[in-house]
Amino acid sequence: MIKELTCICCPMGCSLKAEVENDEVISVSGNNCIRGENYAKSEIIAPVRTVTTTIMSDSGIPVPVKTKDPVAKGKIFETVSQIKETSVHLPIKMGEIVIKNVADTGVDIVATRSVK
Amino acid sequence: MYDILVIGAGAVGCAVARELSKYKLSVCVVEKESDVCEGTSKANSAIVHAGFDAKPGTLKAELNVRGSKMIKELSSKLDFAYKQNGAMVLCFDEADVGKLEELKQRAVINGVDGVSVISGEEARKLEPSLSDNVKAALWAQTSAIVCPFEMTLAFAENAFANGAEFRLSTKVTGISKNGDTFNVKTDKGNIQCKIVVNAAGVFADEVHSMISSQPMKIVPRRGEYMLMDKAAGGLISRTIFQLPTKMGKGILVTPTVHGNLLAGPTAEDLDDKQDVSTTKHGLDEVKAKGSLSVKNIPFNKVITGFSGLRAVGDTGDFIIEQSDIKGFIDVAGIESPGLSSAPAIGEYVCKIISGIIELVQKDNFIDTRKGLVHFFDLSNDQQNELISKDPSYGRIVCRCEYVTEGEILDAINRPLGATTLDGVKRRTRAGMGRCQAGFCLPTTMALIASKLGISLADVKKTGAFDTDRRQDDE
Amino acid sequence: MNKYDLIVIGGGPAGMAAALAAKKAGIDDLLIIERDNVFGGILNQCIHNGFGLHTFKEELTGPEYAERYADMVIQQNIPFELETMVLSLETTTDAMKAVTVISSKRGVQTLYAKAVILAMGCRERPRGALNIPGFRPQGVYTAGTAQKLVNLQGVKIGKQVVILGSGDIGLIMARRMTLEGAKVSAVAELMPYSSGLKRNIVQCLDDYGIPLLLSHTVVDIKGKEKLEGVYIAKVDEKCQPIPGTEVYYPCDTLLLSCGLIPENELTVGAGVMIDPRTNGAYVNESLQTNVNGVFACGNVLHVHDLVDFVSEESQRAGENAARFILNGGSESGKTIEVKAGNGVRYTVPCRINIDNAPELTHIRFRVTGVYKNVSIILKSGDTELMRKRSQILVPSEMVDLIIQKNKLSDIDDTIEVFVEEVQK
Repeated sequence: MIKELTCICCPMGCSLKAEVENDEVISVSGNNCIRGENYAKSEIIAPVRTVTTTIMSDSGIPVPVKTKDPVAKGKIFETVSQIKETSVHLPIKMGEIVIKNVADTGVDIVATRSVK
Repeated sequence: MYDILVIGAGAVGCAVARELSKYKLSVCVVEKESDVCEGTSKANSAIVHAGFDAKPGTLKAELNVRGSKMIKELSSKLDFAYKQNGAMVLCFDEADVGKLEELKQRAVINGVDGVSVISGEEARKLEPSLSDNVKAALWAQTSAIVCPFEMTLAFAENAFANGAEFRLSTKVTGISKNGDTFNVKTDKGNIQCKIVVNAAGVFADEVHSMISSQPMKIVPRRGEYMLMDKAAGGLISRTIFQLPTKMGKGILVTPTVHGNLLAGPTAEDLDDKQDVSTTKHGLDEVKAKGSLSVKNIPFNKVITGFSGLRAVGDTGDFIIEQSDIKGFIDVAGIESPGLSSAPAIGEYVCKIISGIIELVQKDNFIDTRKGLVHFFDLSNDQQNELISKDPSYGRIVCRCEYVTEGEILDAINRPLGATTLDGVKRRTRAGMGRCQAGFCLPTTMALIASKLGISLADVKKTGAFDTDRRQDDE
Repeated sequence: MNKYDLIVIGGGPAGMAAALAAKKAGIDDLLIIERDNVFGGILNQCIHNGFGLHTFKEELTGPEYAERYADMVIQQNIPFELETMVLSLETTTDAMKAVTVISSKRGVQTLYAKAVILAMGCRERPRGALNIPGFRPQGVYTAGTAQKLVNLQGVKIGKQVVILGSGDIGLIMARRMTLEGAKVSAVAELMPYSSGLKRNIVQCLDDYGIPLLLSHTVVDIKGKEKLEGVYIAKVDEKCQPIPGTEVYYPCDTLLLSCGLIPENELTVGAGVMIDPRTNGAYVNESLQTNVNGVFACGNVLHVHDLVDFVSEESQRAGENAARFILNGGSESGKTIEVKAGNGVRYTVPCRINIDNAPELTHIRFRVTGVYKNVSIILKSGDTELMRKRSQILVPSEMVDLIIQKNKLSDIDDTIEVFVEEVQK
C-alpha cells in the first residue's frame, strides 16, 4: 500500500510516497534528503503529537497545559476531552501534573504556566 | 402617560428631546438599539455645513444655517468635540467657475458669512496637498467638523439630566390613537402619550404608516467611507468638497475632529434599510474620486471602511410637520445637512408642538453638560491628580488612542452608559485607532462583563441589550 | 531617583533577553517597563509547543519559555515595573533619553536613561487595513486577539470558523479552535504559498482535514449584527479576485492572520528612522538606531518567525547597549552599507561600522518569494565574500548569515546580499 504525506523537516515540504507493508515502511520516495525518509517512517508507523490546550481552574481562569510527552495522534481528541472534563485548583506551578496517565496513554498532563 | 414620545434616538431625536426638556413636559425617547446614535447619525461625514449648498427658501437652508450657529455654541456648553476648520468646494474645469459664483450667491441669500471664490493657486497656497488640476475654489470659513456621536450623546445626556426618559433596546411595532391619546406598541410593552415625534431616520416612513394613511417614502441612500490613520490626518486641514459634475456629486476629503483623515461618501440608493455593508466598487470609487481633489492620499493607511445610510425623502426637502393625524409629528427625510441642522430641528419641532399644547418653560433647566474625561486632553497636573484619586486612570487599555480604564468605566457607569463594545468605543475612542481593538478588545470585554454582570461571551459588539439594567438604576 | 543607565521598553521575550544580557555585561542600574501585569508578552497566549529548541535545546510551549526567562529576570534582581506604559521617548539636550511613562503607581512621569532598548513587539494587521468589503458584525477577530480571548480568558468565541491568512498564528488557531470543539471550514491564503511553517500546515491543518485554499481571499462579509458567513474567491496572479469564483462559507467567526506590523509609534516619536520594508528601525551592526543610545530588537525591529531568534538578537542588543553605556560607541570608523539585492526583501542591519563590529556579524533577511536550488551570495563590488547553497528559501523563514569581521576589513563602502539560481 502507498501512503502519501508532506514532509515537515524543512520548507521544501516534499511530497513523500511511502510503500507500507505489514505496518512496515518498505521504501520512501519523493524526498530530497534522508530526513524525509526518517520522517515518513516515524510518521507512518507511530505518529505522535504533543497536545496543548487549557484546563479550567475553579477561579474561572484557564490554565495552559500540555502532554508531558507526545501522545499517539489518534488519542488527541480523547486527551482533550478528558482535560475539558477536569478542573484544577489554584495556585498551580509550571510543570505540576494535573492529570495522570491521560486517556490511558501513559502520559501525564502538566501545567505550562504558574498561575496564582 | 407621557406628554411627548420621541421615536428614534439619533441626532435629531435627541436634539428634539433636549429642546423639549426645557419645558414642563414629560418626555420619553424610544430607541430600538441599545444606544443612542446607532443609525444615520453615527456614520456620516461629520461635517457642520456652512449652509451655502441648500436651495434658498427651503427648510434645509433655514435650519442648516441656524443649526450650524447653534452647534458652535452648544459644543462648549455641552462639551463635545467641534472645530471650525473651513471648507473648500473645488472646481476642476474653467467652464465651471460660474457655478462657484452661484454657490456664493446662495450663501449670501441663505445668510452665510465668510464665503469667497479663490483661484486654484490661492487654494493650493492654503492647502498645499490639493491637486494641480484645481482651477478655482469656493472657500467657506464657517464650515466645521464635529464628532457626531459625542454631539448626539451630549444632547441625550443633557435631555436625560433635565428629566427626559430613554427607553433603549425598545422597538416600536405599532401606533394607534384613542381620543387624544396615542397608544404606542413596542416589543417591551405599550406606551401612552399625547404627542408622537417620529424621528425614526430611514424607518420614518414605516413608523409614519403605522398611523397615517398619507403616503411617505424614505429611500436609504448608502454612502461608503474610508477612515485613515491619524498619521495621515495632517494632509489637509480644511474639508474639501468637489463641485458636482456630470460624473456625479463627488466625494469629500476631510480631517476629523480627532485628527484622522476621512474620504467619502459614495451615493447609492438601496432597498434594504439595514445594509451598511461596504463594497469593492464603493471603496474603489472613494479612492478614485478622492484622489481627484487631494494628491497622495495615503490609502495604505486606511484603518477602517464603513457605510452609512442617509434617509432620503421624496420631496427634496426635510419633512418636518404635523401629519394628517393631530399630534403626530413627522421629522423625516433628514438627509444632509441633517446633522448640521439637528439642534435647529429641535427648536422647529418645539414650535410646532407649541401650536398643539401649551409649552411652559422650566426655571431649573440645566443648560450645560460635562462630557467624559478624555484623559490625554488633560494637563500633566490634572492627569496626575486624577490618577491619585482614581488609579484606574493610570492604566491604559487602548494603546492606539491612549484610553484609560477609568474612561471606559466612566463610559459604562454614567447615565445612558455604554452596554456594548461599540458603545464604549464611541464614547471613549477605545478601539477606534490603528489596531482597531485588536489590543484592547479582551480588556474592554472584561470591563463591560464585570460592570454589567454578564458573562464574557455575552458581551456584544452592537445591538440590543436585553437586560434592562437602567430600570434598576432609577 | 528617576535616572537609570538603561531602560528596556517591553517585558516580552526580547526585553527580558536584552535586560539579562545587559545585566550580565555589567549594567546594574536598569529598568524593564512592561504594560501588562505579567512578563512574557505574546508568549503567554501562545500555549502551543515549538519554542526553545535553539535556546534551551528542548521543545517548550510559549508560557514555559516566558516563565523561564521571567524567573531569570527575578533571580538576577533586575528591576522592573509592570502595568506601566511608555507614552513617549525623546532625546534631551544632554543626550539622555527621556522616557515618559504612565502607571497607577507613578502617575504620568518622565524617567531618564543613558540608553534605551526598544522591545515593544508587533501588532496584527487589522481588517480595515486589508480593505475587505462587507458588513462589520461581531465575530471578526484578528487571530492573535482570538487567541488571547480563548487561551487567557477562556471565552468561547465561535463554533464555525473561517480563517483568512495562513500565517503561523492563523494555522495555530485553526487547530486550537478545532480542539475547542469548533468546525474550521477553510483557511484562505491570498498568496500562492503559505506564510506559515510547513510543520504547522501539516500538524494544524492536515491532521484535522482543514483545507488550505492558496490564491484565495475573502471578498465579502455577511451578517448585520453577528457574522453569518463570508464569500471566498480565487485570485489571479496580481492577487485580484476573479469574478464568478465566489463560494459562500457560512461561519460565525472569521479570524484574520494577515501579517504583523512592528509597533513603532514610540520609535517614530523619538526621531528614529524607519525602514519601510520592515516597518522597523534602520539599525547598524550593534542594533543601534540612527539615534545614539537607542537600540531595537525582536519583533519591533523586524518580525521574526522563531522566538529563539528573538532572544538571540535581543541578547546582542543588550550586550551592545551595555558596551555603549560603559565605553560609549565609536563614532569614527568606516561604515559600510548593506544592500538588499535580487530576491532579498530587506536586511538587518543595513549598515555596519567596522570598528564596532563584533567578531561575528549577523545579517538577517527574508526573501521576496519562494526560491529553490539557489545560492545566497554576499558581494562587495566584484569580490565575493560568501556563498551559501540552499535547497529552498521561503519568505516565511528568516535567513541568518554570519560573517567574520576580518572579511569586512577591506570593503570600500557597500556589500550586497542577493539570491542567485544555481546552474544545473
